[in-house]
Amino acid sequence: MSPKIERKHPVNALILGLLVSLGLWIAPQDSQAEYADVVINNYADAAGMRPAVFPHWFHRIRFRCKVCHADLGFQFKAGGNKITMAKIIDGQFCGACHNGEIAWSVENCAMCHSGIPGTPTHFHGSTLQRLIAPAYKPLDTKETAGVKYDENNQKK
Amino acid sequence: MNITARFTALALPALLAGSALLANAPALAAGAASAPAVSDANIFNRNLKKDAEVNPPPWEDGIHDPENEATHALQPPKEAYAGLPTTTFGNHIDWVKALDDGLLRPRWDRINSNEEPFVMDLDIVRPVKASMPDVVFPHRQHTEWLFCSNCHPAIFVPQKGANQISMSAILLGQKCGVCHGKVSFPITTASCKKCHSKAKPEGWSPPLSDATLKNPWK
Repeated sequence: MSPKIERKHPVNALILGLLVSLGLWIAPQDSQAEYADVVINNYADAAGMRPAVFPHWFHRIRFRCKVCHADLGFQFKAGGNKITMAKIIDGQFCGACHNGEIAWSVENCAMCHSGIPGTPTHFHGSTLQRLIAPAYKPLDTKETAGVKYDENNQKK
Repeated sequence: MNITARFTALALPALLAGSALLANAPALAAGAASAPAVSDANIFNRNLKKDAEVNPPPWEDGIHDPENEATHALQPPKEAYAGLPTTTFGNHIDWVKALDDGLLRPRWDRINSNEEPFVMDLDIVRPVKASMPDVVFPHRQHTEWLFCSNCHPAIFVPQKGANQISMSAILLGQKCGVCHGKVSFPITTASCKKCHSKAKPEGWSPPLSDATLKNPWK
Protein backbone atom coordinates (compact mmCIF):
# COMPACT_ATOMS: atom_id res chain seq x y z
CA MET A 1 0.00 0.00 0.00
CA SER A 2 3.03 2.32 0.03
CA PRO A 3 2.69 5.24 -2.41
CA LYS A 4 4.69 4.77 -5.55
CA ILE A 5 7.55 7.23 -5.69
CA GLU A 6 9.11 8.29 -8.95
CA ARG A 7 12.47 9.92 -9.36
CA LYS A 8 10.77 12.94 -10.95
CA HIS A 9 9.54 14.06 -7.52
CA PRO A 10 12.52 14.04 -5.16
CA VAL A 11 10.70 16.39 -2.76
CA ASN A 12 7.93 13.82 -2.27
CA ALA A 13 10.56 11.20 -1.52
CA LEU A 14 12.23 13.48 0.98
CA ILE A 15 8.92 14.21 2.73
CA LEU A 16 8.14 10.48 2.85
CA GLY A 17 11.59 9.79 4.24
CA LEU A 18 11.12 12.44 6.91
CA LEU A 19 7.70 11.02 7.83
CA VAL A 20 9.08 7.47 8.03
CA SER A 21 11.96 8.50 10.27
CA LEU A 22 9.57 10.53 12.44
CA GLY A 23 7.28 7.49 12.61
CA LEU A 24 10.14 5.26 13.73
CA TRP A 25 11.16 7.82 16.32
CA ILE A 26 7.73 8.12 17.93
CA ALA A 27 6.70 4.48 17.41
CA PRO A 28 5.09 2.98 20.52
CA GLN A 29 7.63 1.31 22.82
CA ASP A 30 7.29 -0.82 25.93
CA SER A 31 6.28 1.27 28.91
CA GLN A 32 9.42 2.52 30.63
CA ALA A 33 8.05 3.20 34.08
CA GLU A 34 10.33 3.05 37.07
CA TYR A 35 11.59 -0.39 38.15
CA ALA A 36 9.44 -1.57 41.08
CA ASP A 37 6.49 0.76 40.51
CA VAL A 38 3.39 -1.21 41.54
CA VAL A 39 0.08 -0.77 39.74
CA ILE A 40 -2.81 -1.75 42.03
CA ASN A 41 -6.09 -2.34 40.27
CA ASN A 42 -7.94 -4.77 42.53
CA TYR A 43 -11.07 -2.62 42.69
CA ALA A 44 -10.26 0.80 41.17
CA ASP A 45 -11.38 0.26 37.57
CA ALA A 46 -14.60 -1.41 38.70
CA ALA A 47 -15.31 1.61 40.92
CA GLY A 48 -14.71 4.07 38.07
CA MET A 49 -11.33 5.29 39.33
CA ARG A 50 -7.93 5.16 37.65
CA PRO A 51 -5.76 2.35 39.07
CA ALA A 52 -3.41 3.38 41.90
CA VAL A 53 0.34 3.55 41.18
CA PHE A 54 2.70 3.01 44.11
CA PRO A 55 6.24 4.36 43.50
CA HIS A 56 8.59 2.15 45.53
CA TRP A 57 11.63 4.37 44.83
CA PHE A 58 10.03 7.48 46.32
CA HIS A 59 9.16 5.66 49.53
CA ARG A 60 12.46 3.80 49.99
CA ILE A 61 14.31 7.11 49.98
CA ARG A 62 12.28 8.10 53.05
CA PHE A 63 11.58 4.79 54.82
CA ARG A 64 13.34 1.43 55.14
CA CYS A 65 11.45 -1.64 53.88
CA LYS A 66 10.82 -2.66 57.51
CA VAL A 67 8.42 0.20 58.22
CA CYS A 68 5.77 -0.91 55.72
CA HIS A 69 6.58 -4.59 55.33
CA ALA A 70 7.08 -5.47 59.00
CA ASP A 71 5.34 -2.76 61.05
CA LEU A 72 2.37 -1.99 58.78
CA GLY A 73 1.83 -5.53 57.49
CA PHE A 74 2.16 -5.01 53.73
CA GLN A 75 2.63 -8.45 52.12
CA PHE A 76 5.39 -8.84 49.52
CA LYS A 77 2.85 -9.28 46.72
CA ALA A 78 1.40 -6.85 44.20
CA GLY A 79 -2.33 -6.71 44.79
CA GLY A 80 -2.01 -9.14 47.70
CA ASN A 81 -2.99 -6.66 50.40
CA LYS A 82 -6.60 -6.02 49.37
CA ILE A 83 -6.29 -2.34 50.21
CA THR A 84 -9.54 -0.36 50.21
CA MET A 85 -10.23 3.31 50.91
CA ALA A 86 -12.20 2.28 54.01
CA LYS A 87 -9.09 0.60 55.45
CA ILE A 88 -6.93 3.61 54.52
CA ILE A 89 -9.16 6.12 56.34
CA ASP A 90 -9.14 3.76 59.32
CA GLY A 91 -5.36 4.21 59.47
CA GLN A 92 -4.38 0.87 57.95
CA PHE A 93 -1.90 0.35 55.08
CA CYS A 94 -1.26 3.68 53.25
CA GLY A 95 -3.44 5.40 55.87
CA ALA A 96 -0.80 4.87 58.57
CA CYS A 97 1.11 7.80 57.04
CA HIS A 98 -1.21 9.35 54.44
CA ASN A 99 -3.36 10.95 57.11
CA GLY A 100 -2.38 14.61 56.85
CA GLU A 101 0.21 14.24 59.65
CA ILE A 102 3.17 12.30 58.23
CA ALA A 103 2.21 12.58 54.55
CA TRP A 104 -0.53 14.27 52.56
CA SER A 105 -4.05 13.10 53.22
CA VAL A 106 -6.58 11.05 51.22
CA GLU A 107 -8.41 13.96 49.62
CA ASN A 108 -5.64 14.02 46.99
CA CYS A 109 -7.33 11.16 45.13
CA ALA A 110 -5.57 11.61 41.81
CA MET A 111 -2.04 11.57 43.27
CA CYS A 112 -2.32 7.79 43.77
CA HIS A 113 -5.12 7.04 41.33
CA SER A 114 -2.97 8.16 38.43
CA GLY A 115 -2.56 4.98 36.34
CA ILE A 116 -3.77 4.50 32.79
CA PRO A 117 -7.30 3.03 33.06
CA GLY A 118 -7.39 -0.70 32.40
CA THR A 119 -3.78 -1.37 33.50
CA PRO A 120 -3.83 -4.66 35.43
CA THR A 121 -2.30 -5.12 38.89
CA HIS A 122 1.40 -5.80 38.40
CA PHE A 123 4.94 -5.17 39.54
CA HIS A 124 6.48 -3.01 36.87
CA GLY A 125 9.76 -4.14 35.30
CA SER A 126 9.96 -7.37 37.34
CA THR A 127 12.16 -10.18 36.08
CA LEU A 128 9.04 -12.30 35.60
CA GLN A 129 7.57 -9.58 33.41
CA ARG A 130 10.77 -9.36 31.37
CA LEU A 131 11.13 -13.11 30.72
CA ILE A 132 10.89 -13.70 27.00
CA ALA A 133 8.89 -16.92 27.14
CA PRO A 134 5.73 -16.87 29.28
CA ALA A 135 6.50 -18.24 32.74
CA TYR A 136 3.21 -20.14 32.89
CA LYS A 137 0.47 -21.33 30.58
CA PRO A 138 -3.20 -20.60 31.12
CA LEU A 139 -5.05 -23.62 32.51
CA ASP A 140 -6.79 -25.80 29.96
CA THR A 141 -10.26 -25.62 31.46
CA LYS A 142 -13.53 -27.07 30.19
CA GLU A 143 -14.44 -23.68 28.72
CA THR A 144 -11.18 -23.26 26.82
CA ALA A 145 -10.42 -26.89 25.90
CA GLY A 146 -10.66 -27.49 22.17
CA VAL A 147 -11.84 -23.95 21.35
CA LYS A 148 -10.14 -22.58 18.25
CA TYR A 149 -9.91 -18.93 17.27
CA ASP A 150 -9.77 -17.45 13.78
CA GLU A 151 -7.53 -14.58 12.74
CA ASN A 152 -10.05 -12.04 14.07
CA ASN A 153 -9.97 -13.60 17.55
CA GLN A 154 -13.50 -14.95 17.08
CA LYS A 155 -14.40 -18.46 18.26
CA LYS A 156 -14.67 -20.87 15.34
CA MET B 1 32.28 42.47 -0.65
CA ASN B 2 28.88 42.96 0.81
CA ILE B 3 27.18 41.32 -2.16
CA THR B 4 29.55 38.34 -2.13
CA ALA B 5 28.97 37.79 1.55
CA ARG B 6 25.22 37.94 1.05
CA PHE B 7 25.44 35.52 -1.87
CA THR B 8 27.44 33.02 0.15
CA ALA B 9 25.03 33.27 3.05
CA LEU B 10 22.06 32.55 0.81
CA ALA B 11 23.56 30.13 -1.68
CA LEU B 12 25.54 27.86 0.58
CA PRO B 13 22.60 26.47 2.58
CA ALA B 14 20.57 26.20 -0.62
CA LEU B 15 23.36 24.26 -2.32
CA LEU B 16 23.73 21.98 0.71
CA ALA B 17 19.99 21.34 0.84
CA GLY B 18 19.94 20.67 -2.90
CA SER B 19 22.76 18.15 -2.75
CA ALA B 20 21.12 16.47 0.24
CA LEU B 21 17.90 16.18 -1.78
CA LEU B 22 19.69 14.66 -4.74
CA ALA B 23 21.61 12.26 -2.55
CA ASN B 24 18.60 11.11 -0.53
CA ALA B 25 15.83 11.06 -3.07
CA PRO B 26 16.98 8.28 -5.43
CA ALA B 27 17.92 6.02 -2.54
CA LEU B 28 14.55 6.54 -0.87
CA ALA B 29 12.68 6.12 -4.14
CA ALA B 30 14.52 2.89 -4.89
CA GLY B 31 13.89 1.63 -1.34
CA ALA B 32 10.18 2.34 -1.51
CA ALA B 33 9.71 0.91 -4.99
CA SER B 34 11.45 -2.46 -4.61
CA ALA B 35 10.35 -5.13 -2.13
CA PRO B 36 12.54 -5.51 1.00
CA ALA B 37 15.22 -8.11 0.42
CA VAL B 38 15.40 -9.35 4.03
CA SER B 39 12.22 -10.54 5.71
CA ASP B 40 11.17 -8.98 9.02
CA ALA B 41 11.28 -12.49 10.49
CA ASN B 42 15.07 -12.40 10.19
CA ILE B 43 15.78 -9.15 11.99
CA PHE B 44 18.62 -8.95 14.49
CA ASN B 45 17.98 -9.16 18.23
CA ARG B 46 14.36 -10.20 17.74
CA ASN B 47 13.78 -10.85 21.45
CA LEU B 48 16.15 -8.30 22.94
CA LYS B 49 14.29 -5.82 25.11
CA LYS B 50 16.17 -2.65 25.86
CA ASP B 51 15.06 0.29 27.92
CA ALA B 52 14.58 3.24 25.59
CA GLU B 53 15.08 5.66 28.46
CA VAL B 54 15.76 5.03 32.13
CA ASN B 55 13.99 6.90 34.94
CA PRO B 56 11.59 8.91 32.74
CA PRO B 57 9.19 11.36 34.42
CA PRO B 58 5.80 9.88 35.43
CA TRP B 59 3.89 11.51 32.54
CA GLU B 60 6.12 9.74 30.00
CA ASP B 61 6.58 6.38 31.70
CA GLY B 62 3.70 4.49 30.09
CA ILE B 63 1.82 3.48 33.25
CA HIS B 64 0.83 6.89 34.63
CA ASP B 65 -2.02 8.59 32.80
CA PRO B 66 -0.70 11.88 31.33
CA GLU B 67 -4.29 13.15 31.10
CA ASN B 68 -4.53 13.02 34.88
CA GLU B 69 -3.47 16.48 36.10
CA ALA B 70 -1.99 15.19 39.36
CA THR B 71 0.41 12.98 37.39
CA HIS B 72 2.31 16.17 36.57
CA ALA B 73 2.63 17.01 40.29
CA LEU B 74 4.50 13.76 41.00
CA GLN B 75 8.26 13.97 41.43
CA PRO B 76 10.33 12.79 38.43
CA PRO B 77 12.76 10.06 39.65
CA LYS B 78 15.81 11.71 38.06
CA GLU B 79 15.33 14.75 40.28
CA ALA B 80 15.53 12.56 43.40
CA TYR B 81 18.45 10.48 42.09
CA ALA B 82 20.87 13.38 41.55
CA GLY B 83 24.16 12.53 43.27
CA LEU B 84 23.29 8.90 44.11
CA PRO B 85 25.67 6.07 43.03
CA THR B 86 24.54 4.29 39.86
CA THR B 87 24.41 0.72 38.56
CA THR B 88 23.42 -0.73 35.18
CA PHE B 89 20.35 -2.69 36.27
CA GLY B 90 17.08 -2.27 38.16
CA ASN B 91 16.35 1.41 38.41
CA HIS B 92 20.06 2.12 37.93
CA ILE B 93 20.68 3.26 41.51
CA ASP B 94 22.94 1.41 43.96
CA TRP B 95 20.65 1.74 46.96
CA VAL B 96 22.89 -0.21 49.36
CA LYS B 97 25.89 1.98 48.54
CA ALA B 98 23.78 5.13 48.80
CA LEU B 99 22.74 4.10 52.31
CA ASP B 100 26.31 3.09 53.31
CA ASP B 101 27.66 6.41 52.05
CA GLY B 102 25.09 8.30 54.08
CA LEU B 103 23.46 9.84 51.00
CA LEU B 104 20.06 8.59 52.16
CA ARG B 105 18.57 8.69 55.60
CA PRO B 106 15.41 6.55 55.41
CA ARG B 107 13.51 6.13 58.66
CA TRP B 108 13.60 2.81 60.53
CA ASP B 109 10.48 3.85 62.43
CA ARG B 110 7.35 5.37 60.95
CA ILE B 111 7.44 8.41 63.25
CA ASN B 112 10.76 8.54 65.13
CA SER B 113 13.49 9.59 62.69
CA ASN B 114 16.25 8.92 65.27
CA GLU B 115 15.61 5.20 65.72
CA GLU B 116 18.50 3.06 64.49
CA PRO B 117 18.13 -0.26 62.67
CA PHE B 118 18.89 -3.61 64.32
CA VAL B 119 21.85 -4.63 62.13
CA MET B 120 23.26 -8.17 62.17
CA ASP B 121 26.65 -8.67 60.51
CA LEU B 122 26.74 -12.37 59.51
CA ASP B 123 27.73 -13.76 56.12
CA ILE B 124 26.22 -17.08 55.04
CA VAL B 125 28.20 -19.02 52.41
CA ARG B 126 26.11 -21.28 50.21
CA PRO B 127 28.13 -23.76 48.11
CA VAL B 128 26.93 -24.03 44.53
CA LYS B 129 26.92 -27.44 42.80
CA ALA B 130 27.69 -26.10 39.34
CA SER B 131 30.66 -24.08 38.16
CA MET B 132 29.35 -20.68 39.27
CA PRO B 133 31.22 -19.12 42.21
CA ASP B 134 29.68 -19.87 45.61
CA VAL B 135 27.05 -17.55 47.00
CA VAL B 136 27.74 -15.27 49.94
CA PHE B 137 24.61 -13.93 51.60
CA PRO B 138 25.40 -10.83 53.66
CA HIS B 139 23.00 -10.24 56.54
CA ARG B 140 24.36 -6.75 57.14
CA GLN B 141 23.08 -5.09 53.96
CA HIS B 142 19.74 -6.84 54.37
CA THR B 143 19.20 -5.92 58.01
CA GLU B 144 19.97 -2.27 57.21
CA TRP B 145 16.66 -2.27 55.33
CA LEU B 146 14.61 -5.17 56.67
CA PHE B 147 13.52 -6.78 59.93
CA CYS B 148 14.17 -10.47 60.76
CA SER B 149 10.46 -11.31 60.48
CA ASN B 150 10.35 -10.12 56.86
CA CYS B 151 12.25 -13.24 55.75
CA HIS B 152 12.22 -15.66 58.71
CA PRO B 153 10.65 -18.14 58.89
CA ALA B 154 8.14 -17.69 56.03
CA ILE B 155 10.60 -17.29 53.13
CA PHE B 156 13.79 -18.77 54.61
CA VAL B 157 13.88 -21.31 57.47
CA PRO B 158 16.63 -20.04 59.80
CA GLN B 159 18.48 -23.35 59.78
CA LYS B 160 21.51 -24.57 57.85
CA GLY B 161 20.60 -26.81 54.91
CA ALA B 162 16.87 -26.27 55.27
CA ASN B 163 16.43 -24.01 52.25
CA GLN B 164 16.48 -25.29 48.68
CA ILE B 165 17.19 -22.34 46.42
CA SER B 166 17.45 -22.45 42.64
CA MET B 167 17.80 -19.75 40.03
CA SER B 168 14.53 -20.81 38.41
CA ALA B 169 12.72 -20.35 41.72
CA ILE B 170 14.27 -16.89 42.06
CA LEU B 171 13.32 -15.92 38.50
CA LEU B 172 9.75 -16.99 39.22
CA GLY B 173 9.60 -14.73 42.29
CA GLN B 174 10.26 -17.20 45.11
CA LYS B 175 13.01 -17.18 47.80
CA CYS B 176 15.43 -14.31 47.00
CA GLY B 177 13.10 -13.50 44.08
CA VAL B 178 10.44 -12.21 46.46
CA CYS B 179 12.45 -8.96 46.36
CA HIS B 180 15.32 -9.47 43.88
CA GLY B 181 13.84 -9.01 40.43
CA LYS B 182 11.00 -6.88 41.74
CA VAL B 183 12.38 -4.08 43.90
CA SER B 184 15.99 -4.89 44.84
CA PHE B 185 18.61 -5.55 42.17
CA PRO B 186 17.32 -7.95 39.47
CA ILE B 187 18.91 -10.99 37.84
CA THR B 188 20.82 -9.84 34.79
CA THR B 189 24.18 -10.87 33.34
CA ALA B 190 25.68 -7.81 34.99
CA SER B 191 24.47 -8.72 38.50
CA CYS B 192 25.35 -12.47 38.79
CA LYS B 193 28.57 -11.73 40.65
CA LYS B 194 26.89 -9.67 43.32
CA CYS B 195 25.74 -12.95 44.93
CA HIS B 196 28.03 -15.49 43.26
CA SER B 197 31.06 -13.81 44.76
CA LYS B 198 33.21 -16.47 46.47
CA ALA B 199 35.71 -18.24 44.20
CA LYS B 200 35.62 -22.04 44.12
CA PRO B 201 38.35 -23.79 46.16
CA GLU B 202 41.70 -24.41 44.45
CA GLY B 203 41.56 -27.42 42.14
CA TRP B 204 37.75 -27.55 41.99
CA SER B 205 36.26 -28.96 38.82
CA PRO B 206 32.58 -29.32 37.93
CA PRO B 207 31.06 -32.74 38.73
CA LEU B 208 30.51 -34.94 35.66
CA SER B 209 26.94 -35.78 34.74
CA ASP B 210 25.62 -39.35 34.88
CA ALA B 211 25.23 -39.26 31.12
CA THR B 212 28.99 -38.84 30.85
CA LEU B 213 29.97 -41.29 33.61
CA LYS B 214 27.70 -44.06 32.31
CA ASN B 215 28.27 -43.35 28.63
CA PRO B 216 28.35 -46.83 27.00
CA TRP B 217 30.16 -45.54 23.89
CA LYS B 218 33.09 -43.88 25.60
